[in-house]
Amino acid sequence: MTLVFGVPLSVLLGQLLLGLINGAFYALLSLGLAIIFGLLRIINFAHGAQYMLGAFVAFLSLNYLGVNYWAALLLSPLLVGCLGMAIERGLLRRIANEDHLYGLLLTFGLALIVEGSFVKLFGVSGSSYPMPEALRGGFNLGFMFLPTYRGWVIVAALVVCLATWYVIERTRLGSYLRAGTENPRLMQGFGINVPLLVTLTYGYGVALAAFAGVLAAPIYAVTPGMGSNLLIVVFAVVVIGGMGSILGAIVTGVAMGLIEGLTKVYYPEAANTVVFLVMVLVLLVRPAGLFGKEA
Amino acid sequence: MSNPIDLPGTPVLQASVVRERRHAAARRQKFFYGALLAVALVAPLAVYPVFLMKLLCFALFACAFNLLLGYAGLLSFGHAAFFATGGYITGYMLSSYSGLSTELGILAGTLASTALGTLFGLLAIRRQGIYFAMITLALAQLVFFVFVQAPFTGGENGLQGVPRGHLFGLVDMQNNLAMYYFVLAVFVFGFAIIQRAIHSPYGQVLKAIRENEPRAVSLGYNVDAHKLLAFVISAALAGLAGATKTVVFQLASLTDAHWHMSGEVILMTLLGGVGTVLGPLVGAGVVVTLQSSLSNGPLGEWVHVILGVIFVLCVLLFRSGIVGWLERLVKRNFK
Repeated sequence: MTLVFGVPLSVLLGQLLLGLINGAFYALLSLGLAIIFGLLRIINFAHGAQYMLGAFVAFLSLNYLGVNYWAALLLSPLLVGCLGMAIERGLLRRIANEDHLYGLLLTFGLALIVEGSFVKLFGVSGSSYPMPEALRGGFNLGFMFLPTYRGWVIVAALVVCLATWYVIERTRLGSYLRAGTENPRLMQGFGINVPLLVTLTYGYGVALAAFAGVLAAPIYAVTPGMGSNLLIVVFAVVVIGGMGSILGAIVTGVAMGLIEGLTKVYYPEAANTVVFLVMVLVLLVRPAGLFGKEA
Repeated sequence: MSNPIDLPGTPVLQASVVRERRHAAARRQKFFYGALLAVALVAPLAVYPVFLMKLLCFALFACAFNLLLGYAGLLSFGHAAFFATGGYITGYMLSSYSGLSTELGILAGTLASTALGTLFGLLAIRRQGIYFAMITLALAQLVFFVFVQAPFTGGENGLQGVPRGHLFGLVDMQNNLAMYYFVLAVFVFGFAIIQRAIHSPYGQVLKAIRENEPRAVSLGYNVDAHKLLAFVISAALAGLAGATKTVVFQLASLTDAHWHMSGEVILMTLLGGVGTVLGPLVGAGVVVTLQSSLSNGPLGEWVHVILGVIFVLCVLLFRSGIVGWLERLVKRNFK
């Protein structure tokens, strides 16, 4: 058996694969945070709760309405995205002119409400979502075994990330978004409906979180707390990458997942904390973040 | 302080009138704090001392947090780390060195959180605004995981049955009344430090930084040093609050280090009034009372939801907080 620094190759690759999957979730979530931050200038603390909602909508619609995985993959982001737009219109808009820290506090309160209610309704332990039929089993790649679903998560997450990047960087709609990030008032002067753009942006960011939630449902347990612990790691990822670039958010997310996977192999005690340690390092060397623009 | 400019026709009395008014305000304030202290001294006759001690510990925690948010404009989302560090180190010291006097145990915890605060402060003040909040949150999560895994913290169980010890090796702290007066003294000490800091020239510079950082820089102030000092004082007092809480309840647990705790102290400050002297005290009183009255009732499991609702309502409708609102009311009707 091949050994890499005293670890069998198959174990190393297996952990790297797990890391890649975590990285795919980090990328999806930090991408959503970055898009929302770009236009609204707030950090969406409810992002974790919205990810959890995405998973729960899939779980509940399967059990009570018989909606299958593929339909949930579309339906759940749509539903949670609409909820997000309602939150933006009804609540966030009211404090848009206040200090942006109030946006953080408001969404924090929302996260407490949503998670607290779900703990009360469904208990802390949660439930499992069955693997869709078509994605069971796996491939033998010769050097390791790749479960189909895990491969699918990586592909789906990366496709959605790159499509989002393409829309923002290469299309007209994306150019409005980027211009709105730079100077919303000038955009309004040009006759672009900025308030609508803000609502749609928040909705899309939230929908990304819900999409990640549905992807996560069959591999992680569906629990009320599944989002909040993940979100704090994603915050660290955002600090590491800086929120200046869309591609930066994706790359940093995947890279942090891989680093976490490597740590699990070589020094498992630090697996929970390695992303935070990388954040400390980045703050010391390059406070603006790896891809950040402002100091 | 500069004297008013002597314009033609300006009454010469003005300076003395201003001084007189200021003295009157100071007298009123002294009287007010004196009355408050008198109430605190007799309170254990009417209210269960352990509840009062809990209230005072959280009030000190919130006051320490308010120094940072209200006067330096820095939103820390990781203050639970300092609260918990104070608690864990004090708990560890008192449990493993029997015979250690209470105040030395608390001192050890406070020193540990001060050191941690210096470290975190140096890192976090490199970024501003929303990044500052995210960095402090991430660092606090790091501390949380350390407490989960470290050998001396008792993992999920925490440190239980921490002995309260003897104050100065003499007074048995097992007596709740003795414990209460000690906690009150700790609170007054911490509160006085914050008051002193806010009303000193240092506090003025801090407010200037909060209002307009580039301006403060151009005036030649070392902004980073001022912010760091505020962060360290705040962390130290948060640690003092956590250490005292551990002695009172004889328990240090992961709840203290969880990000919910960081959220709770923000809520206390926001609800009471950010940047007001008494706001955190009032906010802590409301939240602690709410928690203990809810936990016995049918709504016990909804505590987090209710706190979340209060959070949202505060941000949307009540940003000046209870004390801020009262201050405005007094100003409008009595001046």
